[in-house]
Amino acid sequence: MAKDGFETLKLVGTRPNRPDGLDKVTGRARYGADFSLPGMLWGAVVRSPHAHARIVKIDATKAEALDGVKAVITRADFPTGLTGEDWNLQENTMAGEKALYDGHAVAAVAATSKLLAEQAARLIEVTYEVLPHVIDVDAAMAEGAPVIRAGAADATVPEGLHPNVVRYMEFGRGDVDAGFAEADLVMERTYKTEATHQGYIEPHACVSKMGADGKGEMWVCTQGHWYIRKMSAAVLGIEASQLRVTPTEIGGGFGGKTTIFMEPLSLALSKKAGGRPVKIVMSRSEVLRATGPTASASMDVKIGMTKDGKITAARAEFRMQGGAFPGAPVDMALYCCFAGYKLANVHHVGYDVLANRPKCAAYRAPGSPNGAFAVESLVDEMCRKLGLDPVEVRLKNGVTTGDRASYGPKFGSIGLTEVLEAVKAHPQLQAPLGENQGRGFAVGYWFNHNGETSVSMAIGEDGTAQVSVGTPDIGGSRASIALMVAETLGIPYEDVGVNVVETGALGVNEPTHGSRATFASGKAAVEATQAAIKEMCRRAAAEWDIDDEAVEWVNGAAQPAGPNAGKFPPMSIKEIAGKMGQTGGPISGHHESVPDGVGASFGAHVVDLEVDPETGRVTILRYLVVQDAGRAIHPSYVEGQYQGGAAQGIGWALNEEYVYDDKGRLSNTVFLDYRVPVASDLPMIDTVIVEVPNPGHPFGVRGVGETGITPPLPAIANAIHDAVGVRMTHLPINPPKLLAALKAR
Amino acid sequence: MTKVHVTTTVNGDTVEFLADPRETLLDCLRDHMGLTGSKEGCGTGDCGACSVELDGTLVCSCLVLGVEAEGKTVSTIEGMANGSELHPLQRKFIEHAALQCGFCTPGILVAARKLLEVNPDPTEEETRYWLAGNLCRCTGYDKIIRAVLDAAAEMRQEVA
Repeated sequence: MAKDGFETLKLVGTRPNRPDGLDKVTGRARYGADFSLPGMLWGAVVRSPHAHARIVKIDATKAEALDGVKAVITRADFPTGLTGEDWNLQENTMAGEKALYDGHAVAAVAATSKLLAEQAARLIEVTYEVLPHVIDVDAAMAEGAPVIRAGAADATVPEGLHPNVVRYMEFGRGDVDAGFAEADLVMERTYKTEATHQGYIEPHACVSKMGADGKGEMWVCTQGHWYIRKMSAAVLGIEASQLRVTPTEIGGGFGGKTTIFMEPLSLALSKKAGGRPVKIVMSRSEVLRATGPTASASMDVKIGMTKDGKITAARAEFRMQGGAFPGAPVDMALYCCFAGYKLANVHHVGYDVLANRPKCAAYRAPGSPNGAFAVESLVDEMCRKLGLDPVEVRLKNGVTTGDRASYGPKFGSIGLTEVLEAVKAHPQLQAPLGENQGRGFAVGYWFNHNGETSVSMAIGEDGTAQVSVGTPDIGGSRASIALMVAETLGIPYEDVGVNVVETGALGVNEPTHGSRATFASGKAAVEATQAAIKEMCRRAAAEWDIDDEAVEWVNGAAQPAGPNAGKFPPMSIKEIAGKMGQTGGPISGHHESVPDGVGASFGAHVVDLEVDPETGRVTILRYLVVQDAGRAIHPSYVEGQYQGGAAQGIGWALNEEYVYDDKGRLSNTVFLDYRVPVASDLPMIDTVIVEVPNPGHPFGVRGVGETGITPPLPAIANAIHDAVGVRMTHLPINPPKLLAALKAR
Repeated sequence: MTKVHVTTTVNGDTVEFLADPRETLLDCLRDHMGLTGSKEGCGTGDCGACSVELDGTLVCSCLVLGVEAEGKTVSTIEGMANGSELHPLQRKFIEHAALQCGFCTPGILVAARKLLEVNPDPTEEETRYWLAGNLCRCTGYDKIIRAVLDAAAEMRQEVA
């Protein structure tokens, strides 16, 4: 397919109804907690009320004595000897010697009803020896901080650092000191962001069963069922091949459903209960206390700029805690923070730090929003100081295709310039602002991802197609994949079905993460379709008795490739499919790879807001997202990703944070207190889809899910400065914090 | 705990079930009647994913006990379409791509239907405040609000 032939497309770029829409508006779609099996038990988890405590004794006598309790498990039921990330996952699934955070699982029970399981869990008596704890990242690496796990640091950590520092990195290029010396203005600031939660509305849920033959089955709401299989098997010491995992519909994930939490517990409980299926559904407070928050960050940024806006040098030193285990995305934060700038002199330093909090999970462009908050805030402040236009300064320093990224590799095709030009052309920049109103602007970045991908498709006897993918559909990917396959085959969109299939049906697929589903599964689906087309051409060639190469596929039919190939009327897909049983059997296509050609995505946001000087409350007046999609396969769902990312970023900037009390217990464990943006908090969110096609994808797709959460954090802080003249360097900018800053002005 | 026999009307059908007095209406709908369209997102009345009408009042079914449904009328997402004919809100949600993961969608549709019943011509702001108790984490609400306003416009024309 011609890379520049998009003007001939019939389906890609249109907005048909999604194939799973009917089930989802009628309540028929089955999500994690909607699945049940005959003879099923219910599981409940006992969780630590302490941030850091030695587990002295677990006494389940009273629970086990209850009629209807079928199994109790503790860490003693798990295999020993795991190392590395397998050990981390096992320890997070079920605490061993110590509870490492408030909400850490210490035991689990299965019983004949949900209420009975909950009652039994309350009867399990755990004796703790409470230990000193630490929550804040800077406090966790300070001298004298409680050691969460001695020996957890890897070889990258220099001597002399606190044992809670478990990973260290330093990289860059050029001479930053010489660069700062060339600058007319050098500024350095420290910024902080607090941990937030992905906040998917569907709590984690699963049903598992494992029989005496050692074979297990699981039904899980997850972004990636092969990950669930691999991780559950590792934690329980069984072969992944013995597990079959089927994904249910998923009620949001945003990265938080790419790993295991209580899923292995349900499997272990089932095994202990003689193979009866066990269902576990988390409560909201369990979700907030024990699953997926983001890392929190403390960040120093130093930038040198000439008076005409050229950045001469930049330095970032980020400290991030990702809970009681290694894995804070400090590397990603550093890679992304300067990605939009062409820099000769740049240096990065990162610390991954343990604290007594839940193990962080991925959250939409992990690390990038934190880093963007620091860098884009400082760039904005310097632009103001030098009297420069912030969009022009980004254009002046902005990376273009072929430039070396701040973190090393050369960019392929990218569209930052086109994004910035689209911002300049947008009428929002001319909208008048009143008293206490301000406008903020910021840029954001995400790499996008490929990952292991396996897709099959089969032609039906009626000339339709069924596509089997391994990437769960969270936001419309069935529709986008169906559009691409239908376009490639030359058949109606409605004639293509896309099914998310279980682990036994395809080779390994990475989760729907890294903005990869439409890119990677889409690319593989097109490749698989091309294989089926080749076979259909071969069947036509055999019937016409001409060379296979003399047949081409045009508009849903095989036809002779030219006048010399022979004179035959086109043979439609329906005709070929209708007689495939007699011409050689079923026709299908398959493709598996780690697809190359990932296209990175830049975005820029503009926010207009108003600050209430009496309360410190911020009201978003207008919001604009401009982002390079490469190619929007189904523009409505691309817009949806932009709008959803912006809303999550607005929540992170203004409201959301993990609040701990002095005992290290999470204080806001329900949605009333962990307040995500509601409909009345937001205006309409305007979007501009910039399309700089990615040459690495047959339809130009880049991946659009993640970049959009990145710019809101700094854009809002910049707008608040524009409105009321205070520079907020610690998120969230909630009313009490902003009011205090206004009073101190 | 001894279970209580409950007789109620759900989406026009008379149903009977045995409820533990501690069970919520949401639990009873989902676990005893197999009506899993109403979702539990929080269990504390903060997210609205379990929205149903109880004797015509919009409630969070996670905040109502199952035994309270005795002799009352419950309407859930499963009863929103008229046979195979979707309610205009359901149709507009699909057309406007007003759902991504779809988990909050049943609750939002039930709440929005009630809005249009009491206020057939809501402003954007009225719609946003009415739905402020229904959390959506995927969409940023933009397409949801547009779908509700579009459905309202269509329904007003039908009446006229």
